Amino acid sequence: MNLVLVEHADGVATDVSLQALALAAGLGGETHALLIGPGGAGAAAGVPVVAAHVAEHDALEAFAPDAWAAILCSVADRIGATAIVAPGTPAATDAMARAAVRLGEPLAANCTVVTAGDPLTLTRVRWGGSLLEEAQLHAGRALLTVAPHAVAAVEPGAPGSVDAFTPELTEADLMVRVRDRVAPPAGGVSLSDAKVVVTGGRGVGSAEGFAVVEELAGLLGGAVGCSRAVTMSGWRPHTDQVGQTGNKIAPDIYIACGVSGATQHIAGAKGAKRILAVNTDAEAPIMLIADYAVVGDLHEVLPAISAELRRRQA
Amino acid sequence: MKVLVCVKRVPMTGGRIVLTEDEQAIETKHLGFAVSPHEECGVEEAVRLVEQHGGESVVLTLGVAEAEEQLRDAMAIGIDRGIHLVTDGEEWDPEATAGAIVEAIKADEAASGPFDVIFFGNESADSGGYQVGLRAAYALGRPCATGLKSVVFEGGSARCEQEVGGGRDVYELPLPAVLTVLEGLNLPRYPSVPGRMRAGRKPLEATTPARPGSRLERSRLVVPEGDAKQAEVLGRGPEAAAAVVDLLEQIGVAS
Repeated sequence: MNLVLVEHADGVATDVSLQALALAAGLGGETHALLIGPGGAGAAAGVPVVAAHVAEHDALEAFAPDAWAAILCSVADRIGATAIVAPGTPAATDAMARAAVRLGEPLAANCTVVTAGDPLTLTRVRWGGSLLEEAQLHAGRALLTVAPHAVAAVEPGAPGSVDAFTPELTEADLMVRVRDRVAPPAGGVSLSDAKVVVTGGRGVGSAEGFAVVEELAGLLGGAVGCSRAVTMSGWRPHTDQVGQTGNKIAPDIYIACGVSGATQHIAGAKGAKRILAVNTDAEAPIMLIADYAVVGDLHEVLPAISAELRRRQA
Repeated sequence: MKVLVCVKRVPMTGGRIVLTEDEQAIETKHLGFAVSPHEECGVEEAVRLVEQHGGESVVLTLGVAEAEEQLRDAMAIGIDRGIHLVTDGEEWDPEATAGAIVEAIKADEAASGPFDVIFFGNESADSGGYQVGLRAAYALGRPCATGLKSVVFEGGSARCEQEVGGGRDVYELPLPAVLTVLEGLNLPRYPSVPGRMRAGRKPLEATTPARPGSRLERSRLVVPEGDAKQAEVLGRGPEAAAAVVDLLEQIGVAS
C-alpha cells in the first residue's frame, strides 16, 4: 500500500504531485492520497487513487510542517502504508524529512526511478541534476520524494472514495508555522516565467558591464539573469542568479553571455528550450550544451544584436 | 549569543563531472574544494550575529582530514573555533551524519553551554538529501525552519523568511532553534590576509566517530546522458547580429 502526499493549488492537484502518483504506481499495490488544508476536498476529485484522505483543520490554513508530518505519519499508520511518496517541492520535502525522523526511517530525496523489491532500488538526483545515484533503500517503510519534472505525470481522474477527517494536532505540531506572507516586489519580468532570459557571467567583467545585457533583455521583453560568479562578486543581487543554488528557468530561448557553463549554472538552465551562447572561447563547456553560438566578445556582440533589433523594429 | 554553523566540504565541479573508475565518487584529482554554497552563507550569518550581539561562533564539519581547510576558511572570516568529525572518505548517509553531529553538539554544549542558534545548509550541493538539519533539530528537541533567505533575531526569537511562489512566508521561532539556510541569505565576505593568519591559530577540536551502516546505500553514480551537441555557430563577433535576430524572429520572441 502506497500513500502519496498530494499538494494542491487553486483547487487542483499540482503537476509534481501527479508525477509523485506516477512514481508510486511503479511500486505496485494500491495507492491512497493525502491532501492537507483548505481546498483539499475539491482537489481530491481529480486525484486517481483508490482512496483520497483529506485533512481539514482550522490550524491548517497556514503551512505548518510539523503538523503535516504528524498527519502523514498518522494516515500512513492507519492505512498500513509501506511506502510514502511526495513531490520534491520545498514544503513537501520539509514535511517528509520530519515524517522520516518521526517514523525512524531514511528518506530518499528527489527520486527519478523506483523499483519495488527487498531492498527497494532507486535512482535519485545529486548535484541539482548533474549526477544520478543508483541506491538501495533498506527501510521498514520507504519514504521518497520525486524529482520535479523527471517522471511523466498521471492523468487526473476521480478517486474511488474521498474521506475527510480532522487530524489531532498538538501545540508542538503548530509551533513552526507560517505567520505572515510578504508580497513579492512589484514590476519586472520574473526569471522563472520569462520567455527570454539573457544572462551574463564572469565575462561581463563588472556591474556596469551589465548595461548591454539589460538593453538586449529589455528589447526582447525578457529577464536578466547572472551566474554565481557574478553574484559572489557583488555585481548583481542573488535574486538574479540562475543555477543549482539560484533560479531554475524554462524560457523559449536562453542567451548566455560570457558564461563558461559550470555544472552549478547549467543545473538551473536545463529547462530552457534553446540555448544561444555568446562567448569568446569556442571551447567553453557552455558550447557543448548550447544549440547556437556566437564566438565573440559580448560587449561587441550584444550591442550589435540590440542595434539590429531596433533597426528591424523601426 | 552562541552560534554553531555546520558545513560540508564539496568539490568545485567546473564544466563536466567525471567519475572514478569504480563509479563510487567524482574524480577530484584536478578539482578544488569549497564549503557547499548554502552553508557558506550560514558561516557569514554566524559571523555577523556575533559581531552584532557578541558571544561565540563555532564551525563544525563531518569530513575527511583535508576538510580542515574549510574549517580554517570559516575561521578566516571570523568564526572563533572549529569542531572536526574526521572520516575516512566513505560517504555518510543523512541519518548517520545527523547522528554524529548531534553527539558532537551535545558534548560541546555539556562543556561550554548551549547554542542559541544552529545553522545548516538547506541541502548539500553534492548529495542533496534535504534532511540533516531537520534530523538534528528533532534529536535536540528544537524547532526548525528550512530554506531560509532572511533571518532576524529579536528578543529571544528568530523571524525567518522563506521564498515561495507568491512572495515570502514568515516564521517566528523561539530560541534555541535550528535554521537551514539558502544561498542569497547574505553576500559572504572574502577572508583577509590577517584573517587567514589568525585562523591558523584558532582552536580546532578533532574526533573520529565510527560510521554506522547506511540505510540509503549507494550502488553507483551515473553521469546523465546529456544531449551533448555541437552548437551551430551563427557567426563571429558583431557580424553575427543579423543571423541572431533572424533566429529570434523565427522563434517568435523578437517583437
